[in-house]
Amino acid sequence: MRRYYKYVKPYLYAFILGPILMITEVVGEVLMPALMADIINVGALHHDVGYILWKGLSMIGVALIMMAGGIGGAWFASKASISFGADLRKDLFQKIQTFSFANIDRFSTGSLVTRLTNDITQVQNLIMMSLRMALRAPGMLIGAVIMAFIMNRQLAMIFLVILPIMVVAVVIVIRIAFPRFTILQKKLDALNSNIQEMLTNVRVIKSFVRGDYEEERFARSNADLKNSGLRAFHVVILQMPIVMLFMNTTTLLVVWFGGNQILTGRMPVGDLTAFTTYVVQVLSSLMMVAMILLMSSRAIASLKRITEVLDAEVDLTDQEARFGQLPVKKGEIEFRNVSFRYYKNSPEKVLEDINLLIKPGETVGIIGSTGCGKTTLVSMIPRLYDVDEGEVLVDGVNVKDYSLKNLRNGVGMVLQKNVLFSGTIEENLHWGNENATDEEMRQAARDAQADSFVQSFIDGYDTQLGQGGINVSGGQKQRLCIARALLKKPRILILDDSTSAVDTATEAKIREAFSTTLKETTKLIIAQRITSVMEADQIVVMDEGRIVGRGRHAELMQTCEAYQEIYDSQMREEALA
Amino acid sequence: MDQKRQERLIKKYARVQQESPGAGSGPRPGGGGRRGNRNMTVKRPENSKQVIKRLLSYLEKDTARLIVVFFCVIAGTVSMLAGSYMLRPIINSLTGQDGSAQKLLHSLLIMAAVYAVGILAQYFQQRIMITVSQGALERIRNDLFCRVQRLPVRFYDTNNNGDIMSRFTNDLDAVGDMLNNTIVQIISGVINITGTLCLMIYTNIWLTLVTIVMVPLMLRLAGVVVKRSRRFYKAQQAALGTLNGYIEETITGQKVVKVFCYEDVAQEEFEFLNYNLRDKQIFAQFFGGIMGPVMNGSGQISYSVTAIVGGLLCVLRGFDLGGLTVFVNYSRQFTRPINEFSMQMNTVFSALAGAERVFKIMDEQPEPEDAPDAVTLNPCKGHVILQDVTFGYDPGKVILKNISFYAKPGQKIALVGSTGAGKTTITNLITRFYDIDSGSITIDGVDIKKIRRDNLRGNIAMVLQDTHLFTGTIRENIRYGRLDATDEEVEEAAKLASAHHFIRRLEHGYDTMIEGDGANLSQGQRQLLNIARAAISRAPILILDEATSSVDTRTERHIEHGMDRLMATRTTLVIAHRLSTVRNANAIMVLENGEIIERGDHDELLAMKGRYYELYTGKTELD
Repeated sequence: MRRYYKYVKPYLYAFILGPILMITEVVGEVLMPALMADIINVGALHHDVGYILWKGLSMIGVALIMMAGGIGGAWFASKASISFGADLRKDLFQKIQTFSFANIDRFSTGSLVTRLTNDITQVQNLIMMSLRMALRAPGMLIGAVIMAFIMNRQLAMIFLVILPIMVVAVVIVIRIAFPRFTILQKKLDALNSNIQEMLTNVRVIKSFVRGDYEEERFARSNADLKNSGLRAFHVVILQMPIVMLFMNTTTLLVVWFGGNQILTGRMPVGDLTAFTTYVVQVLSSLMMVAMILLMSSRAIASLKRITEVLDAEVDLTDQEARFGQLPVKKGEIEFRNVSFRYYKNSPEKVLEDINLLIKPGETVGIIGSTGCGKTTLVSMIPRLYDVDEGEVLVDGVNVKDYSLKNLRNGVGMVLQKNVLFSGTIEENLHWGNENATDEEMRQAARDAQADSFVQSFIDGYDTQLGQGGINVSGGQKQRLCIARALLKKPRILILDDSTSAVDTATEAKIREAFSTTLKETTKLIIAQRITSVMEADQIVVMDEGRIVGRGRHAELMQTCEAYQEIYDSQMREEALA
Repeated sequence: MDQKRQERLIKKYARVQQESPGAGSGPRPGGGGRRGNRNMTVKRPENSKQVIKRLLSYLEKDTARLIVVFFCVIAGTVSMLAGSYMLRPIINSLTGQDGSAQKLLHSLLIMAAVYAVGILAQYFQQRIMITVSQGALERIRNDLFCRVQRLPVRFYDTNNNGDIMSRFTNDLDAVGDMLNNTIVQIISGVINITGTLCLMIYTNIWLTLVTIVMVPLMLRLAGVVVKRSRRFYKAQQAALGTLNGYIEETITGQKVVKVFCYEDVAQEEFEFLNYNLRDKQIFAQFFGGIMGPVMNGSGQISYSVTAIVGGLLCVLRGFDLGGLTVFVNYSRQFTRPINEFSMQMNTVFSALAGAERVFKIMDEQPEPEDAPDAVTLNPCKGHVILQDVTFGYDPGKVILKNISFYAKPGQKIALVGSTGAGKTTITNLITRFYDIDSGSITIDGVDIKKIRRDNLRGNIAMVLQDTHLFTGTIRENIRYGRLDATDEEVEEAAKLASAHHFIRRLEHGYDTMIEGDGANLSQGQRQLLNIARAAISRAPILILDEATSSVDTRTERHIEHGMDRLMATRTTLVIAHRLSTVRNANAIMVLENGEIIERGDHDELLAMKGRYYELYTGKTELD
């Protein structure tokens, strides 16, 4: 909890002034009935008009002060809570920016988004409510009890008896209700995912004629939801009657004992009026406290989820880089006895004992079945993940000794699951290099074979891309992603299955452009299609985390069985023809 | 960051805020914690009358219960009013000459009885109402689900899933809120106000006038606050939408951000949007927050004025003290239902708007009924003929022109061509997801429009490029293809699709749960499951739409044998980008711009040296 003080500190005045101003409301609220009692006891009974006017006007004065206090309190409360939330959100975002790929994988992007949006809002709301209510409700409770004691000690004892009983009753209700609401939430999630699936899978449902089946399934989970809803609500609705029961009982007791005191002349009648008001105040503020506790449990869960992110250990930093200033110059890559597993405890290694040397300017093809570790292998070069054993060297220097910025600027990587962002094509390409000239941008696009189709759009490079680049085709998107990486002018370029949706002819043109304009650049190409890598200077064949073949096409056709199999699966008939 | 960039940033991510109530607050069960501000954007629905009528039709079944609820509400409210009024005679008798403990006890017992009635009435009213409303919600939800599911594929292709989803969550939540609490509260509020008013007039007409004069003043004050608050609230929602849009996109693309070392830029842009939101939000929350103190304060002023006038009346006109006591209590109570009433009206409006959106979807045109003379193919052999088929999704925009081909049982027909050439459209037509504009499609000689839709689709097994799986075990997912398949048949199908091997290696084998659309499996593995699902179905017609696009060629080769067995007895339509997958087809159709430009088997097409040859040898762009 101490870590969060730093978000309070700049707005400490608001955090203090807010509740203080809210207290003025409370003070007013408990003073009012007392003033009223005075009007009845002194003014009305003794026919003192001046006194009535004087007390009445002070009541109005108190009301105005209350209102001013309330408004001021609201201002500081929203200032404090919103600023707190905004600063926290900023730090949270910043923390996520430092995350390694492994960190992101562990949290999953969806949950990170929720934490940045919904969870922060929850916490913000809790703080605002606390600043406005947390002191107010108990304050009113205590204030009303104190006023009651000052007015009539004996009568006030009734509170001391009733209050604990009622607290116990309300707590029992909440205790029973809480787990039922947890179940309800689960059922609701299940129902929602049911609907979501129906929406995305509609073609499957329709083509297998499973409409009735789905309807039955939905009706079942719908009935489930209703029943657990009823189980939860049936408990919760007990709360109001219970509170009413105690409130009315207290009123009856107050009137009974108070009435007897009036009859024997030990208490002025106006006090009875005030007392009945205090009954309402005490019990309703107790309800409020219960509600705050209930709501805060949700926000506390959110806060925990936020803390998880803030506390997450970033497992990949360049703090210990020995050559922080060194850029990647040549583009030589070497793997030395590299092994890797995604999870510390998983029995199977994703990469096992990899040794590989890639010379500057070489074109290397990497091929193998899905899941054999191709992507993992190349991820080691820009240090998206750290090796478990062995080392990866770029230009003879361990990648851990570069600053991440220099390393990644030197290594252009086109990811398999790639995304474009909202904005124009130009804005997206400029991710590669903010200061690129128009000519540089178009050259990169030409090399990636993207220029011609971009030109064919009415707005050209100013064409707006929707989120995730939805208004271009898969192949076009891949070509834009390649152009974006080219604009970086990297020493090492990695294409991770980034031309899978591009047809062979266009792909060949991209390769051709690479070999003329990117002669100096080291190029690593992961591909499914054997034609994509056939002409490479070096082809690496992978299988189950190991390199099972290495060499040029002709050599591998002689020596590597896995390579032959791949070749056969794709080229068999052409070879025959 | 310069101003131009700031403006661009805001514009880029400013999504049109949906008009749905409670947007962004997520699904909430029943009447859970309501946030003060969320009903600020609500608009009155256009034809409330019809919407209300239709909503009521869901309550028809519960008319008897609702009548009970109605009487409970009346009993509850009246007894609460009566209970508080009884203080008057008690206080008067205490201050008068004839007061005695005996009389006090007597009055208190009556009061206790009245209170008891009130509490019981309130409890039963809530309990019955919850049951009624949850039942009604269940029925609406079921109805909506069934209706939505029967909508044609065109509807799904043209509507955003998130939007449909929000009808189930946000909109129905709003309706639930209303059914749970609001109706009852409005009724009891109305009774309460009129009852209190009557009792006030009965107690003292002059004091009543004083209280009533205060009401419009309070409403005016509230109006001023609401107006401000609405404006700031709108600005806040816009800023929130912008920020959330930014967050969603950036975090989703976080890996790209890292690869491009874009963290600093992202942080800068984020901070700008973040503080932009903060500045708007502080004001919005402030104005939302002062509603309470303002109303409370003005209520207290009204209370004070009543106290002064009441006190004076006691002195000057002999007004009784008991009367004054109950009256000041009433004047406090009087303002509360008015406040609540206006809040409840907002809930009602958002519920009606939600209901309207729900009904709108329910009223969408479902897939047309089968023709009365529609037949059932039993058994279906799978002889598919397309003749001069022409079709366009939008009128005037032709996608397919004069497509003709036939496929006999046991044959494999392949469709190749670039994206947008109309390959997938053909499968949409055979399954009647869309109906053709002209020409004919027949199966076993029967026009597919004359075949019962369920029967038609039941005879076609499809494997789609987008691999959709359902929450459940792997076994259940495969069995989806034929619900009465035995465990052995499920494994048999998995073996046929070469999925058996990897399934066995999973921790729980066939009982492994698939969650979140199969995120724990690779894309290729999911495609294999899809193939297994189709394999288990006994449908004589098989459509493979890029079914192995995510399976590497080596694995594809391994499954070829199984696939061959699968296709041997079926009529198969294959759509593929990868030409290696279609080589052994009986006939290959090359589609371009909606027309078949070449047809023949692999060797014939190669010999033709036409488009297929160019594609195969990589001389032409295909995109």
